[in-house]
Amino acid sequence: MSEFAVELRDVVKTFATPEGGKLNAVDHVDMHIRQGEFFSMLGSSGCGKTTSLRMIAGFEWPTEGEVFIDGQPQGRKPPFQRPVNTVFQSYALFQHMTVAQNVAFGLEMDKVDVNEINRRVSEALAMVKLNGMEKRSPRQLSGGQQQRVALARALVKRPKVLLLDEPLGALDLKLRKEMQLELKALQQEVGITFVFVTHDQEEALTMSDRIAVMSRGKVLQIGAPVEIYERPNCKFVADFIGETNILTGQVRSVDGTHLKVYVPDLEAEVSAVAESQFQPGQPVHLSIRPEKIRLAEERSLNENCFAGNVIQSAYIGSDTRVKVKVGKIVLKVWEQNHISTLDPDAYFQQNEQTWATLFPENTLVLPFEEG
Amino acid sequence: MFQRLREDKALQGTLLILPTLAVMVGLLIIPLGLTLIISFGQRTADGGVIYTFTLDNYLRLVGITPGCGFKSECFDPLYANILWRSLTLALQTTALVILLAYPLSYFIARAPLKRRNTFLFMVLVPLWTNFVIRVYAWMMILRTQGVLNGILGWLANLLGLPFVPLEMLYTPSAVLVGMVYEFLPFMILPIYTSLEKIDPALYEAAADLGANAARTFLRVTLPLSMPGIVAGTILVFIPVMGTFIVSDILGGRQVILIGNLIQRQFLDARDPTFGSAASLILMVMTLIVTYFYTRKFGFGEEIVAV
Ligand SMILES: Nc1ncnc2c1ncn2[C@@H]1O[C@H](COP(=O)(O)OP(=O)(O)O)[C@@H](O)[C@H]1O
Ligand SMILES: [Mg+2]
Repeated sequence: MSEFAVELRDVVKTFATPEGGKLNAVDHVDMHIRQGEFFSMLGSSGCGKTTSLRMIAGFEWPTEGEVFIDGQPQGRKPPFQRPVNTVFQSYALFQHMTVAQNVAFGLEMDKVDVNEINRRVSEALAMVKLNGMEKRSPRQLSGGQQQRVALARALVKRPKVLLLDEPLGALDLKLRKEMQLELKALQQEVGITFVFVTHDQEEALTMSDRIAVMSRGKVLQIGAPVEIYERPNCKFVADFIGETNILTGQVRSVDGTHLKVYVPDLEAEVSAVAESQFQPGQPVHLSIRPEKIRLAEERSLNENCFAGNVIQSAYIGSDTRVKVKVGKIVLKVWEQNHISTLDPDAYFQQNEQTWATLFPENTLVLPFEEG
Repeated sequence: MFQRLREDKALQGTLLILPTLAVMVGLLIIPLGLTLIISFGQRTADGGVIYTFTLDNYLRLVGITPGCGFKSECFDPLYANILWRSLTLALQTTALVILLAYPLSYFIARAPLKRRNTFLFMVLVPLWTNFVIRVYAWMMILRTQGVLNGILGWLANLLGLPFVPLEMLYTPSAVLVGMVYEFLPFMILPIYTSLEKIDPALYEAAADLGANAARTFLRVTLPLSMPGIVAGTILVFIPVMGTFIVSDILGGRQVILIGNLIQRQFLDARDPTFGSAASLILMVMTLIVTYFYTRKFGFGEEIVAV
């Protein structure tokens, strides 16, 4: 058994566009998905997630590069010869078959013996909590139940890898949250590698062991949710996952991982940390998350403490979301409401003078990007 | 009055079906009743009808000569053969039309969206010329000195083989070819419609679950396109049972179908009583086949697992 359940090695997929041009829907992508991992591909619509998944399933073949499943190069193998199964976004259930017949379909294709089929079908339906629904038509089920049939139909084949293309996209918010937890629990129970596609960052953060953040056919960063959020490797990832404040400046001095960056909009130097190498004089971005900025009435003795003016304040229960004008920049700041009080002064008021502290260890230096 | 019309759903419904109902009663139910009455009558020498009650017309149709008794030398299979030939030819036509229409419909349904309309247009173009003209065109093709023999002769000549022109016109096969050609579009359209409705993700799901192309076809494509086949079969079988133009032009005196028989009784033989009996037998035969067929396959509504 290979260390990796699925590998994409330098994979490119080129499509002809309707305008007669060419488009790399997937552009030199490398992914190494470990055995038993819950792996998500995250990115906005059109970034190449579905195309990547379809190349693993065998519905598309790479223009360049190679897909490996359990260490085996897949070449141009058709889908029915690959040890993976897919849960389709539209569920793609067979309307002319009952729930049980849908689930049995894959086993019948493998010529599994009838008793064994019956046993495994009821096992799979029990796993997704659909016992008693065997004889129903998919049409007589709710969206969430259809989703479970699709899941049971794929899992009953005990694939090496289960591919899921935005499987929760059609469900309402409450059901989606429930299914997220259930799906994650199910994955841990069966121990099968899940490759999960979503454009919902919260969903990816909640469920995944690791996430690949994609944009325009490229993988920008692969890492655990905490790495992706706390140590984004570029402005796009920092911006795409959660919310952040982006400042632009120029490196003044470098001392190991500690940098001083001059930010013209603040007319000041900001201390920050970097994960990669930068040279003095280089243009860079700084990223700091709104919940990591501290506001105070008095100037603190910390580095990076700037005078500001509250221009907007919204009380949202757990937090107060504040916009603070510092120099020429408007910073988003989320202050947790630690203390229970009705005193309006405890929350931030418009036009209030304040001091904003950007702790250096929370301020991340990222490579400069146009736009 | 208008107030009532606005509120009373039943009244609205009655008013809406009234025109159709009038047409159906006037042009279908009453003539059918008359046909039934006439079929039990006797002809007069000049083609008139004596209204009595006799089963002679029906007995003649199944081969029993009236007034001769039930002896075997009284059995005349002429008309029974015509009935049998009509039925088998209609079944053959329907089967052949399905076999030809299915792959074509499948091809069109899976073509890129823009081309599909072009292909459907091409399927429909022949329908713009007159039915009779199209059948005559087949006569030109199938004649002994026709186009097909011309091409075959030219090929044989090229290969240095001896060639005797084939007698193709006025055979059952010529009629079959003509019928298949005439009714093909009526099968293509419904099958195409049902194939086009199938979500392509279903083919992918089947492949994903381990089905190769053949098994995907048998387990997914075919069952989901059954409504189209059923609707097409009804659209083709019923008119083919009654048609007389194709057999008249391409079958001549050799291939007489029940449609031709009825036409001749009314126009040439001037025996409306016998013609009426034959019309009703045709209707009953068609109804029986359609009844058993639709009982098994439905009327082409969507199929849902139960
Ligand atoms: N079969 C295809 N033919 C042409 N272009 C395609 C095809 N499939 C996808 N694309 C294009 O490739 C890009 C990536 O698509 P996709 O992988 O579906 O993105 P995502 O799933 O991330 O939304 C899009 O710009 C899309 O228009
Ligand atoms: Mg997609």
